[in-house]
Amino acid sequence: MATLRDIKRKIDAVKKTSQITKAMNMVAAAKLRGAQQNMEKFQPYAEKFKEVIRRLAAGVEEEAGFALLTPRAEIKNIEVLLITADRGLCGSFNNNLIMMAEKFARAKVEEGLGVTVSCAGKKGADYFRRRQYNIGQRLTGLLAKPSYDDALGLGRELIERFEGGESDEVYLIYSKFVSMVRQIPTMVKLLPIEPMDLGEGQGESVEYLFEPSHEALLEDLLPNHIYVQVLEYLYQTSVGEHASRMAAMENATSNCKEMVRSLTLTYNKARQAGITKELMDIVGGAEALK
Amino acid sequence: MADKILLEIVTPEKKLLSEEVDIVVAPGEEGEFGALPNHIPFLSKLRVGELRYRKGTTTTHVAIMGGYAEVLPDQVTVLASAAEEAAHIDVVRAKAARERAERRLKEAKDRYEFAVAEAALQRALARLRIAEKK
Repeated sequence: MATLRDIKRKIDAVKKTSQITKAMNMVAAAKLRGAQQNMEKFQPYAEKFKEVIRRLAAGVEEEAGFALLTPRAEIKNIEVLLITADRGLCGSFNNNLIMMAEKFARAKVEEGLGVTVSCAGKKGADYFRRRQYNIGQRLTGLLAKPSYDDALGLGRELIERFEGGESDEVYLIYSKFVSMVRQIPTMVKLLPIEPMDLGEGQGESVEYLFEPSHEALLEDLLPNHIYVQVLEYLYQTSVGEHASRMAAMENATSNCKEMVRSLTLTYNKARQAGITKELMDIVGGAEALK
Repeated sequence: MADKILLEIVTPEKKLLSEEVDIVVAPGEEGEFGALPNHIPFLSKLRVGELRYRKGTTTTHVAIMGGYAEVLPDQVTVLASAAEEAAHIDVVRAKAARERAERRLKEAKDRYEFAVAEAALQRALARLRIAEKK
């Protein structure tokens, strides 16, 4: 049986841990608010952008021959862009994302396709570095504050490789933010762009003047469509990361409390047992002297 | 018939502006264009440059770092990759950016680097030009 001092020490240690997790919970809450605000500020742009591209896409025939819209006849190489957090201690958040990427990549390799994994976020990058996949881009530190420039950099490389024929399809895995307690790892196909994504056919029948030409404008907008999407997913993942960490830390804090409670109980029991034993000794000693 | 036009400027960072104005003049890819109320629906690419709008008797200048504009009879929406109102431009930063861009332009080794530096220089120059007009 542990001595009183051992138990006491253990209680102190657990209490300290709970202080840390509590602090982390609060930090995550503050960051979550910031991340959500950033995402909200981006919303008007994203919505407006989608509206414009929908209008543009509505008037273009499918065979217009845009490279980014044309599915390849033969798929040989694919690329997956995996967005994860840079840091851990957020429950199964990163793991869920990585598992999804790994499962997908393995299935594609078994089909005989070349798979390149690009990682935005340290956790994903660390995981895939130790495995035998081709690594494309490896970027960290994006999620702290996703910016348009980050999305542009990521997107441009994806597009360059796609156009250069190094990849025939590009997927993106991110964490979809459903609610504070629910973030779902989700995979979307980035390239070639599905005309459906542009919301073709829903365009209103407004006749527009275009400058420069309709086609040139659309061609110019398509890469931007990718950047906007990437940025949106970065934002969602970033919000999800903080929400997930908040939940994980809250759990940890309550687990700590539970542990302190049961340890205190053990401690008191042991203390009482000690007192009783001493009393017995004294009483026994007094009896013997009579 | 609307006699005002709703001007909205949005960037990925934030919604910069949403205001009823009298006229908008924007730097179109193929030349500057003005939009009055009841303009025909029009979509244009924007280059780096100056957008100005008049509301009553005051004219405001905004630096636009490229983007798109959608003109509807009662509304102009500008999607800019970045935009700053003249009063909010950081002149010191813009000057530093100009010098940096000029230096890069001289040291550029290939066409790509050259294009990047040139674009940066254009943005810096546009900011400075517009900052003077506040």
